[in-house]
Amino acid sequence: MIEAVSLLGRRAIAAFVRAGRRARFLAQVLMHTGASLKRPRLTLREIYFSGVMSLVIIMVSGMFVGMVLGLQGFETLQKYGAQEQMGVLAALSLVRELGPVVSALLFASRAGSAITAEIGLMKTTEQLKAMDMMAIDPIARVVAPRFWAGVISMPLLAALFSAAGIFGAFVVAKILIGIDGGVFWGNMQAAVDVRYDVLNGVVKSVVFGVAIATIATFEGFDADPTAEGVSAATTRTVVTSALSVLALDLVLTGFMLRTPH
Amino acid sequence: MSDSNAPPPPPLVDIRDADFAYGARSILKGISLSVPRGKLVAIMGGSGCGKTTLLRLIGGQLKASRGSVHVDGQDVGALEKDDLYALRRKMGMLFQFGALFTDMTVFDNVAFQLREHTGLPEDMIRDLVLMKLNAVGLRGAAGMYPSELSGGMGRRVALARAIALDPMLMMYDEPFAGLDPISLAVVGQTIRRLNDALGITSIVVTHDVLESMQIVDYMYFISDGRIVGHGTPVEIRASSEPFIKQFVHAELDGPVPFHYPSRPYAADLGFNGGASS
Repeated sequence: MIEAVSLLGRRAIAAFVRAGRRARFLAQVLMHTGASLKRPRLTLREIYFSGVMSLVIIMVSGMFVGMVLGLQGFETLQKYGAQEQMGVLAALSLVRELGPVVSALLFASRAGSAITAEIGLMKTTEQLKAMDMMAIDPIARVVAPRFWAGVISMPLLAALFSAAGIFGAFVVAKILIGIDGGVFWGNMQAAVDVRYDVLNGVVKSVVFGVAIATIATFEGFDADPTAEGVSAATTRTVVTSALSVLALDLVLTGFMLRTPH
Repeated sequence: MSDSNAPPPPPLVDIRDADFAYGARSILKGISLSVPRGKLVAIMGGSGCGKTTLLRLIGGQLKASRGSVHVDGQDVGALEKDDLYALRRKMGMLFQFGALFTDMTVFDNVAFQLREHTGLPEDMIRDLVLMKLNAVGLRGAAGMYPSELSGGMGRRVALARAIALDPMLMMYDEPFAGLDPISLAVVGQTIRRLNDALGITSIVVTHDVLESMQIVDYMYFISDGRIVGHGTPVEIRASSEPFIKQFVHAELDGPVPFHYPSRPYAADLGFNGGASS
C-alpha cells in the first residue's frame, strides 16, 4: 500500500520534472528563433513536410466529420422543426471545437510523431552531436524550424478542416436531405460571429500548435539514442499531445465562454 | 621514450591530470597527455576504456571534473558557448559511424559547414566541395545519398565533411572500425596524407594497433581510465610493458583478463555443492 503511494508520488514528481524540462526547452527554442527568421527557407521546408503533407488526412477527415455532423444534426434538429439551422450547427461546432481539436489530434499523430522520430533518429545516429561539433547549434538549425513550422501549420490546417467539414455538412444537407442552399448558408452567415466564434477557434489552434510542436520536438531531442528510445518517444509524443490538446481545450473554452457576447 | 617538454611551440592539445566520471562511475583518472602541432597521435585502448570520452573532453562536449584541457592555449572546460563554438570551427571530428546527414546528398553534407559558416557564393562552395571530395577520392559520388554508400565510402565522405573548413585539429573516433582491409588502408593513408598536406594536427582514437603503427607519430595507451604507456611506434613495438605487450600482440590473457569477473566456474556449474564465496 505504502509502496503504491510512493510509486504514485515518484511518477508525479517525474511528470512535473518533465514538464519543467519541456518548458525550459521551449524557452531555448524561442531564444534561437532569430536564426529561423533569418533563414525562412528552412522553416518553409518543414512547413511542407508537416503542413502540406498533412493536407489530405486533414481535408478528408474534415469532410467525414462534417457529413456526420450533418446527419446527426438533422436527426436532432428536425424534432424541433429547426432543420434549417443545420448550417449554423455544423459551422459553430466545427469552427469553435471540432476544427481546432480534431485537426490538432490528427496533426499530432501525423506530423508530431514524424518530427519526434526524425529528430530522435538524428540523435541516435549522432547527427545532432556532429552538428554541435561543427559549431552549429542543433536547436537553432534542426529544432526551431520544425517548431515554427508546427505553430504556423496548425491554425491553417484547422481552418481547412473546418472549411472541409462545412462543405461536407452542406453536401449532406443539400443532396441527402434537400435543405435549400440559400437557407443553409444564410442562417450560417447570420449566426457565426467572426470575433467570438472564428477568432476564438484560431486562438485555440495556435495554442494547440505551440503545445504539439513543443512536445514533438522535445521528445525527439530527449529520446534515448536507441531503437526502443525513439519508439517510446514517438508514442509519448502522440499520447502527451492528445492529452494536452484536450486539457488545454477545456481550459480555453472555459475562458472563452465567459467573454460576454 | 621521448620527453616533449622542449621549449618553443606549445602543444596544440594539452591535457593535465584530467578526471571524468559519469555520476559515480569513474571513466578517466588523472590523464595527462599532449599533442604537438602537426603530429598524428593515436590514443589506443580496449573497448570502453574511455578513449571516446577523452575526445569529447577535447571537443568540449564534456567537461573534466578535475584537471584541465587546453586546446590552442584555451581552457576548453571554461569557455562560454560562443567561444567554444569559435574554437570548434577550427576542429573537425570524424564520428565512429560517420554521422552523415541522411536527408542530404554527399555534396550537401560536405557543403553544410561552408554554407552555415561562410557567406561564400554557391559556385565557390561547389569548387571547394569538389576539391574536398577529390581529396578522399569520391568526387564521383557527389550526387549520392548516405544510404547508398558502403561503410568505407561513408567514412571518407564524413572525412571530407570534417575537413571542409580546413581545421587545425582533426579528431577521429574509431576511423577503422568495421572496414574491410582495403577500405581500412585507404582511410588510414588518407588520414596521414591530409595531416601532412594540410598541416593539420590529428588525434586518432582506435583499437586497431597494426594500422595505427603504420601511420601515427606517437601513441598513448589507455587502460581502465589511465595512461599505461606511450611512445613512438618503434618504441611501442619494443616495449616490455605487460599491457602494451598484450595489446600489441593480441594475447588472450594478461593484465586484461579474458574472463569478466565472475564466481568460480565450478560453483556456477553446481559442482562442489556450490560451496563457494
